[in-house]
Amino acid sequence: MNGFLTPQSSIWWMVLIKCAVLLLIVITTFAYAMLAERKVMGWMQLRPGPNRVGPWGLLQPAVDAVKLILKEDLTPKTADPLIYRLAPFISLVTALAVYAVIPFSEPSPGNVWAVGDVNAGILLILAMTSIGVYGISLGGWASGSKYPLLGSVRSTAQLVSYELAMGMSLVGVLILAGTTSLVGIVNSQAKLWFFIPQIVGFIIYVITAVAETNRAPFDLVEADAELVGGFNTEYSGLRFGLFFIAEYINMLTVSCIATLLFLGGWNAVAGLTIVPGIIWFLLKVAFFMFAYIWLRSTFPRIRYDRLMAFGWKVLLPAATLNLIATAAYVAVRG
Amino acid sequence: MSRSRKNLYNVGALLAGLGVTFKFMFKRKPTIQYPSRKKKHAPRFHGLHELRRYGDGKERCIGCELCSSVCPANAITVIGAENSPADRRSPGERYAARYEIDELRCIFCGMCEEACPTDAIVLTPRFEMSDYRRGSFIYSKDRLLVPPEAGTGLAPDDRPNGIPSDLGRVAEIKSTVDTGEGYDATWRGTILKTQTKGLAE
Repeated sequence: MNGFLTPQSSIWWMVLIKCAVLLLIVITTFAYAMLAERKVMGWMQLRPGPNRVGPWGLLQPAVDAVKLILKEDLTPKTADPLIYRLAPFISLVTALAVYAVIPFSEPSPGNVWAVGDVNAGILLILAMTSIGVYGISLGGWASGSKYPLLGSVRSTAQLVSYELAMGMSLVGVLILAGTTSLVGIVNSQAKLWFFIPQIVGFIIYVITAVAETNRAPFDLVEADAELVGGFNTEYSGLRFGLFFIAEYINMLTVSCIATLLFLGGWNAVAGLTIVPGIIWFLLKVAFFMFAYIWLRSTFPRIRYDRLMAFGWKVLLPAATLNLIATAAYVAVRG
Repeated sequence: MSRSRKNLYNVGALLAGLGVTFKFMFKRKPTIQYPSRKKKHAPRFHGLHELRRYGDGKERCIGCELCSSVCPANAITVIGAENSPADRRSPGERYAARYEIDELRCIFCGMCEEACPTDAIVLTPRFEMSDYRRGSFIYSKDRLLVPPEAGTGLAPDDRPNGIPSDLGRVAEIKSTVDTGEGYDATWRGTILKTQTKGLAE
Protein backbone atom coordinates (compact mmCIF):
# COMPACT_ATOMS: atom_id res chain seq x y z
CA MET A 1 0.00 0.00 0.00
CA ASN A 2 2.83 2.37 0.89
CA GLY A 3 4.31 1.87 -2.55
CA PHE A 4 1.36 3.68 -4.12
CA LEU A 5 1.78 6.89 -2.21
CA THR A 6 5.49 7.56 -2.00
CA PRO A 7 6.59 10.89 -3.52
CA GLN A 8 8.16 9.02 -6.44
CA SER A 9 5.08 6.99 -7.28
CA SER A 10 2.70 9.92 -6.86
CA ILE A 11 4.34 11.52 -9.90
CA TRP A 12 3.46 8.44 -11.89
CA TRP A 13 -0.09 8.48 -10.59
CA MET A 14 -0.37 12.12 -11.61
CA VAL A 15 0.84 11.28 -15.11
CA LEU A 16 -1.60 8.38 -15.38
CA ILE A 17 -4.55 10.51 -14.26
CA LYS A 18 -3.54 13.26 -16.66
CA CYS A 19 -3.32 10.73 -19.50
CA ALA A 20 -6.76 9.32 -18.77
CA VAL A 21 -8.39 12.74 -18.51
CA LEU A 22 -6.62 13.96 -21.62
CA LEU A 23 -7.64 10.90 -23.61
CA LEU A 24 -11.25 11.44 -22.62
CA ILE A 25 -11.10 15.12 -23.56
CA VAL A 26 -9.37 14.53 -26.89
CA ILE A 27 -11.79 11.78 -27.95
CA THR A 28 -14.81 13.88 -26.95
CA THR A 29 -13.36 16.83 -28.81
CA PHE A 30 -12.96 14.61 -31.85
CA ALA A 31 -16.60 13.56 -31.65
CA TYR A 32 -17.84 17.10 -31.50
CA ALA A 33 -15.33 18.38 -34.03
CA MET A 34 -16.90 15.89 -36.42
CA LEU A 35 -20.39 17.10 -35.59
CA ALA A 36 -19.24 20.72 -35.90
CA GLU A 37 -17.78 19.97 -39.30
CA ARG A 38 -21.01 18.42 -40.53
CA LYS A 39 -23.03 21.29 -39.11
CA VAL A 40 -20.84 24.10 -40.46
CA MET A 41 -20.42 22.44 -43.84
CA GLY A 42 -24.17 21.99 -43.94
CA TRP A 43 -24.76 25.66 -43.24
CA MET A 44 -22.29 26.69 -45.90
CA GLN A 45 -24.14 24.46 -48.36
CA LEU A 46 -27.54 25.82 -47.26
CA ARG A 47 -28.45 22.69 -45.31
CA PRO A 48 -29.23 22.48 -41.59
CA GLY A 49 -26.80 19.61 -40.98
CA PRO A 50 -27.52 16.67 -38.68
CA ASN A 51 -30.36 17.58 -36.31
CA ARG A 52 -32.35 14.38 -35.80
CA VAL A 53 -30.56 12.68 -32.90
CA GLY A 54 -30.94 14.51 -29.64
CA PRO A 55 -31.49 18.25 -29.28
CA TRP A 56 -29.80 20.08 -32.16
CA GLY A 57 -28.24 16.80 -33.27
CA LEU A 58 -25.93 16.73 -30.25
CA LEU A 59 -26.13 12.94 -29.80
CA GLN A 60 -25.11 12.28 -33.40
CA PRO A 61 -21.49 11.28 -32.53
CA ALA A 62 -22.72 8.64 -30.06
CA VAL A 63 -25.04 7.14 -32.65
CA ASP A 64 -22.29 7.18 -35.26
CA ALA A 65 -19.99 5.34 -32.88
CA VAL A 66 -22.62 2.66 -32.27
CA LYS A 67 -23.11 2.33 -36.02
CA LEU A 68 -19.39 1.88 -36.68
CA ILE A 69 -19.05 -0.68 -33.90
CA LEU A 70 -21.93 -2.73 -35.24
CA LYS A 71 -20.66 -2.75 -38.83
CA GLU A 72 -19.10 -5.89 -40.21
CA ASP A 73 -15.33 -5.94 -39.99
CA LEU A 74 -13.96 -7.09 -43.34
CA THR A 75 -10.45 -8.13 -44.28
CA PRO A 76 -9.92 -8.62 -48.02
CA LYS A 77 -8.56 -11.99 -49.11
CA THR A 78 -5.58 -10.32 -50.78
CA ALA A 79 -4.71 -8.22 -47.75
CA ASP A 80 -1.66 -8.73 -45.58
CA PRO A 81 -3.60 -9.51 -42.39
CA LEU A 82 -1.07 -8.40 -39.79
CA ILE A 83 -0.15 -5.04 -41.33
CA TYR A 84 -3.74 -4.47 -42.42
CA ARG A 85 -4.87 -4.75 -38.81
CA LEU A 86 -1.88 -2.86 -37.40
CA ALA A 87 -2.13 0.21 -39.64
CA PRO A 88 -5.17 1.89 -38.02
CA PHE A 89 -3.51 1.54 -34.62
CA ILE A 90 -0.30 3.18 -35.87
CA SER A 91 -2.38 6.09 -37.10
CA LEU A 92 -4.33 6.50 -33.90
CA VAL A 93 -1.53 5.87 -31.41
CA THR A 94 0.83 8.35 -33.05
CA ALA A 95 -2.00 10.89 -33.29
CA LEU A 96 -2.75 10.55 -29.59
CA ALA A 97 0.87 10.33 -28.42
CA VAL A 98 1.44 13.93 -29.50
CA TYR A 99 -0.82 15.17 -26.71
CA ALA A 100 1.70 14.01 -24.13
CA VAL A 101 3.74 17.16 -24.69
CA ILE A 102 1.19 19.79 -25.69
CA PRO A 103 0.77 22.35 -22.89
CA PHE A 104 -2.74 23.76 -22.66
CA SER A 105 -2.13 26.65 -20.32
CA GLU A 106 0.51 28.56 -18.39
CA PRO A 107 2.47 26.26 -16.08
CA SER A 108 1.73 26.99 -12.43
CA PRO A 109 4.52 26.41 -9.84
CA GLY A 110 5.17 22.69 -9.46
CA ASN A 111 2.73 21.70 -12.17
CA VAL A 112 2.38 21.93 -15.93
CA TRP A 113 -0.82 21.82 -18.01
CA ALA A 114 0.56 18.89 -19.94
CA VAL A 115 1.36 15.27 -19.29
CA GLY A 116 5.02 16.18 -19.57
CA ASP A 117 6.93 19.38 -20.30
CA VAL A 118 9.61 18.02 -22.61
CA ASN A 119 12.38 20.44 -23.50
CA ALA A 120 12.27 19.25 -27.14
CA GLY A 121 8.48 19.09 -27.36
CA ILE A 122 8.14 20.39 -30.88
CA LEU A 123 10.63 17.82 -32.17
CA LEU A 124 8.66 15.02 -30.54
CA ILE A 125 5.47 16.28 -32.16
CA LEU A 126 7.10 16.40 -35.60
CA ALA A 127 8.58 12.95 -35.15
CA MET A 128 5.26 11.47 -34.07
CA THR A 129 3.25 13.02 -36.90
CA SER A 130 5.88 11.72 -39.33
CA ILE A 131 5.42 8.19 -38.01
CA GLY A 132 1.68 8.68 -38.47
CA VAL A 133 2.25 8.61 -42.22
CA TYR A 134 3.11 4.92 -41.87
CA GLY A 135 -0.42 4.16 -40.75
CA ILE A 136 -1.82 5.51 -44.00
CA SER A 137 0.90 4.16 -46.28
CA LEU A 138 0.94 0.69 -44.78
CA GLY A 139 -2.84 0.54 -44.52
CA GLY A 140 -3.22 1.30 -48.21
CA TRP A 141 -0.44 -1.04 -49.22
CA ALA A 142 -1.59 -3.94 -47.05
CA SER A 143 -5.16 -3.75 -48.34
CA GLY A 144 -4.05 -5.62 -51.46
CA SER A 145 -6.24 -3.67 -53.83
CA LYS A 146 -5.62 -0.96 -56.36
CA TYR A 147 -7.35 2.16 -55.04
CA PRO A 148 -5.88 1.91 -51.56
CA LEU A 149 -2.46 1.33 -53.13
CA LEU A 150 -2.81 4.49 -55.25
CA GLY A 151 -3.93 6.35 -52.14
CA SER A 152 -0.95 5.20 -50.14
CA VAL A 153 1.48 6.03 -52.95
CA ARG A 154 0.00 9.50 -53.03
CA SER A 155 0.21 9.82 -49.27
CA THR A 156 3.88 8.92 -49.28
CA ALA A 157 4.68 11.48 -51.95
CA GLN A 158 2.43 14.21 -50.62
CA LEU A 159 3.23 13.92 -46.94
CA VAL A 160 6.96 13.61 -47.47
CA SER A 161 7.17 16.65 -49.73
CA TYR A 162 4.93 18.84 -47.59
CA GLU A 163 6.64 17.80 -44.39
CA LEU A 164 9.84 19.45 -45.66
CA ALA A 165 8.20 22.81 -46.14
CA MET A 166 6.38 22.41 -42.84
CA GLY A 167 9.56 21.72 -40.90
CA MET A 168 11.29 24.67 -42.57
CA SER A 169 8.45 27.01 -41.70
CA LEU A 170 8.64 26.00 -38.05
CA VAL A 171 12.41 26.47 -37.76
CA GLY A 172 11.94 30.23 -38.16
CA VAL A 173 9.87 30.28 -34.97
CA LEU A 174 12.39 28.11 -33.16
CA ILE A 175 15.20 30.51 -34.10
CA LEU A 176 13.24 33.52 -32.82
CA ALA A 177 12.27 31.77 -29.59
CA GLY A 178 15.69 30.22 -29.10
CA THR A 179 14.17 27.09 -27.58
CA THR A 180 12.40 23.90 -28.64
CA SER A 181 10.32 23.68 -25.47
CA LEU A 182 6.69 24.47 -26.22
CA VAL A 183 6.23 26.33 -22.92
CA GLY A 184 9.36 28.33 -23.70
CA ILE A 185 8.13 29.17 -27.21
CA VAL A 186 4.79 30.41 -25.89
CA ASN A 187 6.44 32.44 -23.12
CA SER A 188 8.70 34.19 -25.64
CA GLN A 189 5.54 35.35 -27.44
CA ALA A 190 4.32 37.34 -24.43
CA LYS A 191 5.00 40.65 -26.20
CA LEU A 192 4.64 39.80 -29.87
CA TRP A 193 2.96 36.76 -31.34
CA PHE A 194 5.18 35.04 -33.85
CA PHE A 195 2.68 35.15 -36.68
CA ILE A 196 3.60 38.82 -37.22
CA PRO A 197 7.37 38.50 -37.71
CA GLN A 198 6.91 35.02 -39.18
CA ILE A 199 3.94 35.80 -41.44
CA VAL A 200 5.48 33.86 -44.35
CA GLY A 201 6.17 30.91 -42.10
CA PHE A 202 2.67 31.12 -40.67
CA ILE A 203 1.00 31.01 -44.09
CA ILE A 204 3.23 28.14 -45.22
CA TYR A 205 2.55 26.27 -42.01
CA VAL A 206 -1.22 26.63 -42.34
CA ILE A 207 -1.14 25.40 -45.95
CA THR A 208 1.19 22.48 -45.27
CA ALA A 209 -0.83 21.55 -42.18
CA VAL A 210 -3.90 21.09 -44.36
CA ALA A 211 -1.86 18.87 -46.66
CA GLU A 212 -0.30 16.95 -43.76
CA THR A 213 -3.69 16.01 -42.35
CA ASN A 214 -5.06 14.99 -45.78
CA ARG A 215 -7.85 17.48 -45.65
CA ALA A 216 -9.59 19.11 -48.60
CA PRO A 217 -8.40 20.74 -50.84
CA PHE A 218 -5.30 18.53 -50.36
CA ASP A 219 -7.17 15.29 -49.66
CA LEU A 220 -5.67 13.43 -52.60
CA VAL A 221 -4.89 10.51 -50.35
CA GLU A 222 -8.58 9.86 -49.80
CA ALA A 223 -10.01 11.53 -52.92
CA ASP A 224 -13.45 9.94 -52.75
CA ALA A 225 -14.21 10.93 -56.32
CA GLU A 226 -11.19 9.32 -57.95
CA LEU A 227 -9.93 6.72 -55.48
CA VAL A 228 -13.24 5.70 -53.85
CA GLY A 229 -11.76 6.33 -50.40
CA GLY A 230 -8.05 6.06 -51.06
CA PHE A 231 -6.14 4.23 -48.38
CA ASN A 232 -9.27 3.46 -46.35
CA THR A 233 -11.32 1.96 -49.21
CA GLU A 234 -11.12 -1.60 -47.87
CA TYR A 235 -11.54 -0.67 -44.22
CA SER A 236 -14.89 -0.96 -42.54
CA GLY A 237 -16.39 -0.78 -39.09
CA LEU A 238 -14.19 0.15 -36.18
CA ARG A 239 -10.95 -0.06 -38.16
CA PHE A 240 -12.22 2.65 -40.48
CA GLY A 241 -13.34 4.47 -37.35
CA LEU A 242 -9.78 4.47 -36.00
CA PHE A 243 -8.47 6.11 -39.19
CA PHE A 244 -11.30 8.58 -38.97
CA ILE A 245 -10.53 9.45 -35.35
CA ALA A 246 -6.84 9.76 -36.21
CA GLU A 247 -7.58 12.20 -39.03
CA TYR A 248 -9.59 14.51 -36.78
CA ILE A 249 -7.12 14.27 -33.91
CA ASN A 250 -4.35 15.20 -36.35
CA MET A 251 -6.42 18.22 -37.35
CA LEU A 252 -6.65 19.12 -33.69
CA THR A 253 -2.90 18.59 -33.27
CA VAL A 254 -1.85 20.88 -36.09
CA SER A 255 -4.32 23.47 -34.80
CA CYS A 256 -2.69 23.23 -31.37
CA ILE A 257 0.78 23.60 -32.90
CA ALA A 258 -0.31 26.61 -34.93
CA THR A 259 -1.74 28.15 -31.76
CA LEU A 260 1.35 27.44 -29.68
CA LEU A 261 3.92 28.49 -32.26
CA PHE A 262 2.25 31.36 -34.07
CA LEU A 263 -0.75 32.67 -32.14
CA GLY A 264 0.83 32.97 -28.73
CA GLY A 265 -0.69 29.88 -27.11
CA TRP A 266 -2.46 30.87 -23.91
CA ASN A 267 -1.41 34.53 -24.13
CA ALA A 268 -4.49 36.72 -23.87
CA VAL A 269 -5.81 38.76 -26.78
CA ALA A 270 -5.60 42.55 -26.20
CA GLY A 271 -4.46 42.12 -22.59
CA LEU A 272 -7.70 40.48 -21.45
CA THR A 273 -5.98 38.48 -18.72
CA ILE A 274 -9.24 38.10 -16.75
CA VAL A 275 -10.12 35.26 -19.12
CA PRO A 276 -8.00 32.24 -18.15
CA GLY A 277 -5.24 31.14 -20.50
CA ILE A 278 -6.83 27.78 -21.21
CA ILE A 279 -9.90 29.53 -22.66
CA TRP A 280 -7.72 31.62 -24.95
CA PHE A 281 -5.88 28.51 -26.03
CA LEU A 282 -9.09 26.65 -26.80
CA LEU A 283 -10.57 29.63 -28.64
CA LYS A 284 -7.51 29.87 -30.86
CA VAL A 285 -7.60 26.14 -31.56
CA ALA A 286 -11.31 26.38 -32.36
CA PHE A 287 -10.53 29.17 -34.80
CA PHE A 288 -8.14 26.91 -36.69
CA MET A 289 -10.59 24.03 -36.63
CA PHE A 290 -13.22 26.30 -38.13
CA ALA A 291 -10.75 27.41 -40.79
CA TYR A 292 -10.25 23.77 -41.73
CA ILE A 293 -13.96 23.22 -42.22
CA TRP A 294 -14.24 26.50 -44.05
CA LEU A 295 -11.46 25.53 -46.48
CA ARG A 296 -13.04 22.13 -47.07
CA SER A 297 -16.41 23.52 -47.96
CA THR A 298 -14.93 26.20 -50.22
CA PHE A 299 -12.20 24.69 -52.37
CA PRO A 300 -12.27 21.79 -54.82
CA ARG A 301 -9.53 19.18 -54.70
CA ILE A 302 -6.27 20.35 -56.27
CA ARG A 303 -4.89 18.30 -59.17
CA TYR A 304 -2.11 15.92 -58.23
CA ASP A 305 0.69 17.36 -60.38
CA ARG A 306 -0.26 20.88 -59.27
CA LEU A 307 -0.09 19.76 -55.66
CA MET A 308 3.45 18.51 -56.10
CA ALA A 309 4.48 21.55 -58.12
CA PHE A 310 3.04 23.86 -55.47
CA GLY A 311 4.81 22.04 -52.67
CA TRP A 312 8.23 21.86 -54.29
CA LYS A 313 8.33 25.03 -56.40
CA VAL A 314 6.50 27.49 -54.16
CA LEU A 315 6.25 26.38 -50.55
CA LEU A 316 9.71 24.88 -50.12
CA PRO A 317 11.66 27.82 -51.66
CA ALA A 318 9.52 30.31 -49.77
CA ALA A 319 10.07 28.47 -46.49
CA THR A 320 13.82 28.28 -47.17
CA LEU A 321 14.08 31.99 -47.91
CA ASN A 322 12.05 32.77 -44.80
CA LEU A 323 14.37 30.61 -42.74
CA ILE A 324 17.51 32.26 -44.15
CA ALA A 325 16.06 35.74 -43.60
CA THR A 326 15.09 34.92 -40.02
CA ALA A 327 18.50 33.41 -39.28
CA ALA A 328 20.26 36.44 -40.78
CA TYR A 329 18.08 38.82 -38.74
CA VAL A 330 18.77 36.99 -35.49
CA ALA A 331 22.49 36.78 -36.28
CA VAL A 332 22.76 40.51 -37.01
CA ARG A 333 20.67 41.63 -34.03
CA GLY A 334 22.53 39.21 -31.79
CA MET B 1 3.26 33.02 -67.14
CA SER B 2 0.58 30.88 -68.69
CA ARG B 3 -3.06 31.52 -68.06
CA SER B 4 -3.62 28.39 -66.01
CA ARG B 5 -0.63 29.18 -63.82
CA LYS B 6 -2.07 32.61 -63.15
CA ASN B 7 -5.36 31.10 -61.99
CA LEU B 8 -3.69 28.74 -59.56
CA TYR B 9 -2.00 31.53 -57.64
CA ASN B 10 -4.87 33.99 -57.85
CA VAL B 11 -5.15 34.59 -54.13
CA GLY B 12 -7.86 37.21 -54.58
CA ALA B 13 -10.16 34.64 -56.19
CA LEU B 14 -9.49 32.19 -53.35
CA LEU B 15 -10.42 34.81 -50.75
CA ALA B 16 -13.55 35.71 -52.70
CA GLY B 17 -14.53 32.07 -52.62
CA LEU B 18 -14.03 31.93 -48.86
CA GLY B 19 -16.21 35.03 -48.57
CA VAL B 20 -19.02 33.35 -50.47
CA THR B 21 -19.07 30.27 -48.26
CA PHE B 22 -18.88 32.41 -45.11
CA LYS B 23 -21.85 34.48 -46.23
CA PHE B 24 -23.85 31.38 -47.08
CA MET B 25 -23.35 30.06 -43.56
CA PHE B 26 -25.79 32.67 -42.22
CA LYS B 27 -28.35 32.41 -44.99
CA ARG B 28 -31.80 31.00 -44.39
CA LYS B 29 -31.84 27.28 -45.07
CA PRO B 30 -34.55 26.18 -47.48
CA THR B 31 -34.80 22.70 -45.91
CA ILE B 32 -38.27 21.53 -44.87
CA GLN B 33 -37.93 19.29 -41.79
CA TYR B 34 -39.85 16.56 -43.55
CA PRO B 35 -41.53 14.13 -41.20
CA SER B 36 -42.49 16.87 -38.74
CA ARG B 37 -43.28 19.45 -41.40
CA LYS B 38 -44.68 18.70 -44.82
CA LYS B 39 -44.46 20.57 -48.05
CA LYS B 40 -47.63 22.11 -49.41
CA HIS B 41 -48.25 20.31 -52.66
CA ALA B 42 -50.39 21.69 -55.44
CA PRO B 43 -54.00 20.42 -55.29
CA ARG B 44 -53.42 18.49 -58.52
CA PHE B 45 -50.27 16.76 -57.24
CA HIS B 46 -49.98 13.25 -58.67
CA GLY B 47 -49.84 10.82 -55.77
CA LEU B 48 -51.63 7.67 -54.71
CA HIS B 49 -54.79 6.80 -56.65
CA GLU B 50 -58.31 6.81 -55.29
CA LEU B 51 -61.56 5.43 -56.69
CA ARG B 52 -64.41 7.86 -56.06
CA ARG B 53 -68.09 7.33 -55.30
CA TYR B 54 -71.28 9.22 -56.04
CA GLY B 55 -73.19 10.99 -53.29
CA ASP B 56 -75.52 8.01 -52.87
CA GLY B 57 -72.57 5.70 -52.17
CA LYS B 58 -72.50 4.03 -55.59
CA GLU B 59 -69.11 3.53 -57.23
CA ARG B 60 -68.28 5.84 -60.07
CA CYS B 61 -66.20 3.22 -61.89
CA ILE B 62 -68.14 1.49 -64.67
CA GLY B 63 -65.42 -1.03 -65.48
CA CYS B 64 -64.77 0.32 -69.00
CA GLU B 65 -61.00 -0.38 -68.78
CA LEU B 66 -60.11 2.89 -70.49
CA CYS B 67 -57.62 3.71 -67.72
CA SER B 68 -56.04 0.31 -68.13
CA SER B 69 -55.65 0.73 -71.91
CA VAL B 70 -54.29 4.26 -71.68
CA CYS B 71 -51.81 3.43 -68.93
CA PRO B 72 -48.30 3.76 -70.45
CA ALA B 73 -46.76 1.66 -67.70
CA ASN B 74 -49.31 -1.16 -67.86
CA ALA B 75 -49.88 -0.68 -64.15
CA ILE B 76 -53.69 -0.92 -64.07
CA THR B 77 -55.71 -4.13 -64.30
CA VAL B 78 -59.49 -3.89 -64.53
CA ILE B 79 -61.98 -6.73 -64.82
CA GLY B 80 -65.50 -5.47 -65.44
CA ALA B 81 -68.71 -7.31 -64.57
CA GLU B 82 -72.45 -6.79 -65.17
CA ASN B 83 -74.39 -5.09 -62.42
CA SER B 84 -77.12 -7.32 -61.01
CA PRO B 85 -80.44 -5.56 -60.32
CA ALA B 86 -80.42 -6.92 -56.77
CA ASP B 87 -76.99 -5.47 -55.87
CA ARG B 88 -76.20 -2.42 -58.00
CA ARG B 89 -72.59 -1.37 -57.44
CA SER B 90 -72.52 1.49 -59.95
CA PRO B 91 -75.21 3.51 -61.75
CA GLY B 92 -74.17 2.15 -65.15
CA GLU B 93 -74.59 -1.34 -66.64
CA ARG B 94 -71.21 -2.56 -65.54
CA TYR B 95 -68.87 -2.11 -62.58
CA ALA B 96 -65.28 -3.05 -61.79
CA ALA B 97 -65.26 -6.51 -60.26
CA ARG B 98 -61.50 -6.28 -59.82
CA TYR B 99 -59.47 -3.11 -59.96
CA GLU B 100 -55.75 -3.22 -59.22
CA ILE B 101 -52.95 -0.73 -59.59
CA ASP B 102 -49.32 -1.73 -59.24
CA GLU B 103 -47.91 1.44 -57.66
CA LEU B 104 -44.36 0.30 -58.35
CA ARG B 105 -45.04 0.26 -62.11
CA CYS B 106 -47.07 3.45 -62.01
CA ILE B 107 -45.28 6.55 -63.29
CA PHE B 108 -47.90 8.92 -61.85
CA CYS B 109 -48.54 10.55 -65.22
CA GLY B 110 -52.26 11.00 -64.58
CA MET B 111 -53.41 9.60 -67.93
CA CYS B 112 -55.89 7.29 -66.17
CA GLU B 113 -57.44 10.32 -64.52
CA GLU B 114 -57.75 12.05 -67.88
CA ALA B 115 -59.11 9.02 -69.67
CA CYS B 116 -61.80 8.18 -67.10
CA PRO B 117 -65.25 9.06 -68.50
CA THR B 118 -66.88 9.17 -65.06
CA ASP B 119 -64.05 10.86 -63.09
CA ALA B 120 -63.83 7.71 -60.99
CA ILE B 121 -60.07 7.25 -60.79
CA VAL B 122 -58.17 10.28 -59.46
CA LEU B 123 -54.67 10.85 -58.17
CA THR B 124 -54.57 12.24 -54.64
CA PRO B 125 -51.75 14.24 -53.03
CA ARG B 126 -50.94 11.30 -50.73
CA PHE B 127 -47.41 10.16 -51.39
CA GLU B 128 -46.11 8.28 -48.34
CA MET B 129 -46.52 4.79 -49.75
CA SER B 130 -43.26 3.17 -48.67
CA ASP B 131 -43.51 -0.42 -47.49
CA TYR B 132 -41.36 -3.48 -46.94
CA ARG B 133 -42.75 -5.89 -49.55
CA ARG B 134 -43.27 -5.56 -53.27
CA GLY B 135 -46.65 -7.22 -52.95
CA SER B 136 -47.81 -4.42 -50.68
CA PHE B 137 -47.56 -1.99 -53.55
CA ILE B 138 -50.27 -3.69 -55.56
CA TYR B 139 -53.29 -1.76 -54.46
CA SER B 140 -56.51 -3.66 -55.01
CA LYS B 141 -60.01 -2.22 -55.03
CA ASP B 142 -60.52 -2.50 -51.28
CA ARG B 143 -57.63 -0.13 -50.73
CA LEU B 144 -58.30 2.23 -53.64
CA LEU B 145 -62.01 2.81 -53.18
CA VAL B 146 -63.01 5.65 -50.85
CA PRO B 147 -64.60 4.08 -47.78
CA PRO B 148 -68.33 5.00 -47.68
CA GLU B 149 -67.95 6.85 -44.39
CA ALA B 150 -65.19 9.04 -45.90
CA GLY B 151 -67.57 10.60 -48.41
CA THR B 152 -67.20 10.66 -52.15
CA GLY B 153 -63.59 11.66 -52.63
CA LEU B 154 -62.65 14.95 -54.26
CA ALA B 155 -61.96 15.71 -57.90
CA PRO B 156 -58.51 17.29 -58.28
CA ASP B 157 -59.96 20.71 -59.08
CA ASP B 158 -62.17 20.69 -55.98
CA ARG B 159 -59.34 20.07 -53.55
CA PRO B 160 -58.35 22.89 -51.22
CA ASN B 161 -54.86 24.33 -51.49
CA GLY B 162 -52.26 23.19 -49.00
CA ILE B 163 -51.74 20.02 -47.02
CA PRO B 164 -54.73 17.66 -47.26
CA SER B 165 -56.10 16.79 -43.84
CA ASP B 166 -56.26 13.10 -44.74
CA LEU B 167 -52.68 12.89 -46.01
CA GLY B 168 -51.92 10.27 -43.42
CA ARG B 169 -54.69 7.99 -44.61
CA VAL B 170 -52.16 6.03 -46.66
CA ALA B 171 -50.94 4.45 -43.42
CA GLU B 172 -54.48 3.39 -42.52
CA ILE B 173 -55.01 2.01 -45.99
CA LYS B 174 -51.81 0.02 -45.65
CA SER B 175 -52.54 -1.31 -42.21
CA THR B 176 -56.05 -2.59 -42.94
CA VAL B 177 -55.23 -4.91 -45.83
CA ASP B 178 -51.98 -6.69 -46.52
CA THR B 179 -51.82 -8.02 -50.05
CA GLY B 180 -48.24 -9.13 -49.47
CA GLU B 181 -49.16 -12.75 -48.83
CA GLY B 182 -52.34 -13.36 -50.74
CA TYR B 183 -51.43 -11.80 -54.05
CA ASP B 184 -51.70 -14.17 -57.00
CA ALA B 185 -49.14 -13.21 -59.58
CA THR B 186 -50.21 -15.79 -62.14
CA TRP B 187 -53.68 -14.32 -62.27
CA ARG B 188 -52.30 -10.90 -63.10
CA GLY B 189 -49.99 -12.41 -65.72
CA THR B 190 -52.88 -14.07 -67.57
CA ILE B 191 -54.92 -10.91 -67.53
CA LEU B 192 -52.05 -8.87 -68.95
CA LYS B 193 -51.63 -11.46 -71.70
CA THR B 194 -55.27 -11.32 -72.73
CA GLN B 195 -55.23 -7.54 -72.61
CA THR B 196 -52.20 -7.20 -74.86
CA LYS B 197 -53.19 -10.07 -77.15
CA GLY B 198 -54.55 -7.82 -79.87
CA LEU B 199 -51.43 -5.68 -79.87
CA ALA B 200 -48.99 -8.54 -80.22
CA GLU B 201 -50.57 -9.98 -83.35
